Amino acid sequence: MTPAVLFAAIIALVLVAFQVGKARSLTVAGGPRGIRTLHSLPGHYGLLTAMWCAIPSLLVFGIWLAFQDAILIRMVLVHLPAEVQHLPKAQLGLMINDLRNLVAGNIAPESVAVSTRLAAVEYLHLQSIARLALSALAMVAGIIGLLVVRARIRPDLRARNAFESLIEWVLFGCSGIAVLTTLGIVLSIVFEAVRFFTFVPLTDFLFGLNWSPQMAIRADQVGSSGSFGAVPLFTGTLLISAIAMLVAAPIGLFSAIFIAEYANRRVRSVVKPLLEVLAGVPTVVYGFFAALTIGPLLRVWGEAFGFNVSGESALSAGLVMGVMIIPFVSSLADDMITAVPQSLRDGAYALGATRSETIKQVVLRAALPGIVGGLLLATSRAIGETMIVVMAAGLASNLTANPFEAVTTVTVQIVTLLVGDQEFDSPKTLAAFALGLVLFVITLVLNVIALYVVRKYREQYE
Amino acid sequence: MKDFAYSLPVPKDIKTIGTVTAPGAIFSCRNVQVFYGEKQAIRDVNIDIAPKEVLAMIGPSGCGKSTFLRCFNRMNDTIVGARVLGQIELEGKDIQDKHQDVVQLRARVGMVFQKPNPFPKSIYENVAYGPRIHGLAADRGELDEIVNSSLRRAGLWDEVKDRLNQPGTSLSGGQQQRLCIARTIAVNPEVILMDEPCSALDPIATAKIEDLIDELRESYAICIVTHSMQQAARVSQRTAYFHLGDLIEVGETTKIFTNPRAKLTEDYITGRFG
Repeated sequence: MTPAVLFAAIIALVLVAFQVGKARSLTVAGGPRGIRTLHSLPGHYGLLTAMWCAIPSLLVFGIWLAFQDAILIRMVLVHLPAEVQHLPKAQLGLMINDLRNLVAGNIAPESVAVSTRLAAVEYLHLQSIARLALSALAMVAGIIGLLVVRARIRPDLRARNAFESLIEWVLFGCSGIAVLTTLGIVLSIVFEAVRFFTFVPLTDFLFGLNWSPQMAIRADQVGSSGSFGAVPLFTGTLLISAIAMLVAAPIGLFSAIFIAEYANRRVRSVVKPLLEVLAGVPTVVYGFFAALTIGPLLRVWGEAFGFNVSGESALSAGLVMGVMIIPFVSSLADDMITAVPQSLRDGAYALGATRSETIKQVVLRAALPGIVGGLLLATSRAIGETMIVVMAAGLASNLTANPFEAVTTVTVQIVTLLVGDQEFDSPKTLAAFALGLVLFVITLVLNVIALYVVRKYREQYE
Repeated sequence: MKDFAYSLPVPKDIKTIGTVTAPGAIFSCRNVQVFYGEKQAIRDVNIDIAPKEVLAMIGPSGCGKSTFLRCFNRMNDTIVGARVLGQIELEGKDIQDKHQDVVQLRARVGMVFQKPNPFPKSIYENVAYGPRIHGLAADRGELDEIVNSSLRRAGLWDEVKDRLNQPGTSLSGGQQQRLCIARTIAVNPEVILMDEPCSALDPIATAKIEDLIDELRESYAICIVTHSMQQAARVSQRTAYFHLGDLIEVGETTKIFTNPRAKLTEDYITGRFG
């Protein structure tokens, strides 16, 4: 059986197990009239049986498949001629790749060595045996689980509680996957970043004022030795994010106030979705809007006023990024303003406050922590935004606070460092991971603060 | 003050039992009707409110007493689809008139709500809010004086005098409600509306509020909606019984509770329904 067929068979077995467990509980209870003598409903006995049938067989299935390929390759290699076995590691790896491709039918048999072809035949042979063994083992494990539970079904078996505690573990497992994935990402970044810091001291990286990562890859190449001072990138990121927030914070906040407090239901039902459409525009579209429309426009306007605006400028990227972030700010602020209880507004109105006094001094005051949290989340999004700045901000690592000049950001440099063929023992490539780590730490801190602020606010009114 | 100074003529076909007029009425309502969309919540209500009296409005849930109370300071304006018809005169002026400034009206007619709703500000700022927006204090000293006296009259001063800068939400429920009363009287209104002010409070806090209402009666006309008939009997001089949008009976509280004339009133206060 191929794994797919086997999986279907396991599912079928689990369905059978459900019916077996249910039927058994009814038998034990002495027919449908005896259901009230059971601790749980017949369905719960069925579910419990099905779970204990599914868990062992799926475990066998999963673990086996995870290791099958590695073990089979090892077994095939043992039977290969000695000279193949003693090939250097890299060439052996290439051979194994050929072998895999051959087995999968991706390449023609004539294109590889005879020994590899023989190995492939043996691999296929072993694979069919392994599949048979796996099928037998998985089904047996499932059936054993089924039979064990079936034998234990009695009226006083607490099937509902047992099933529900199993479900609890399943839920725990799911949240564990999310946490472990995050941990994996962090570790992979940290490891590469640490390797980078063996080439470049941490202080040079964090406080150096010159960023020029180009360096010679081969000895005969002409190239600089590379300079990894990341301060120009940080200031560039900061400059663009600041411009973006200067656009997004007031516009987002004011539109939220309009939508939440002034707009009637009809206007609200039109404006709110329209504003949220902005959040759905792909960032690459914003990117070429910034690069092809706003950038040149700013240059023309700049010339009219006597400024020297470069075609790729921090201003154009920041403005467009700000527009992109407006819906984040407005929809979060809108939620927070709407969450302010009507009783507070009534209290202010009853004292003779006008609508704008009520909004300024009571509603916004109450919603402030939530709004601040939303702004912080939007900021961390601005810092992490990549596509717009790649297209519109430029690559020149200028250390400047002038928004009319081209700057570059942390995210842009990560992209340029990793695009194309790279070698992973060069500080040039590894620098991307160090930058990623910095970015990760900054956004993490911002998010933690934002979530803390928002939660504090939630506690107040719920 | 002249008797019946502002009381409007009472329509002849009035169905309400008892005397709806009051001597020297400050509020005078005639043929008041309230609609929520198509649904009529209040039908042809006629009643006066006199200064220095507590008028209790009682009745089963959904009888429209809170809706009627909200007519006095036009809080129904904030409800989409609510319409108020008829005459409601405050000292001879129709408050429904389009020239009536609702902000000024609400400064004269304060309101205390069912659930304490202190603003997310300090205790001091909660009380100072009304005087500030109406410009009642010329300087900080006067404002301090208003806050101080309002908290004193609300019986809260001794409990909060050392922590005026703490948030109003840090107080207990009963203290919060007295803070809301202090906030209301800081604007120096003529009438105070109370919408079940004790329904979220325990008996001890309720007793304090009731004592407070008794003291406030010296200076204000008070109109209180309550679900507790004992409370109505304890704090009010006149009682109005509402039933399904109609004002059934009005009279002196002692008479309403000992000798109701309408069958519906009797059924309600003897606990046959409600």
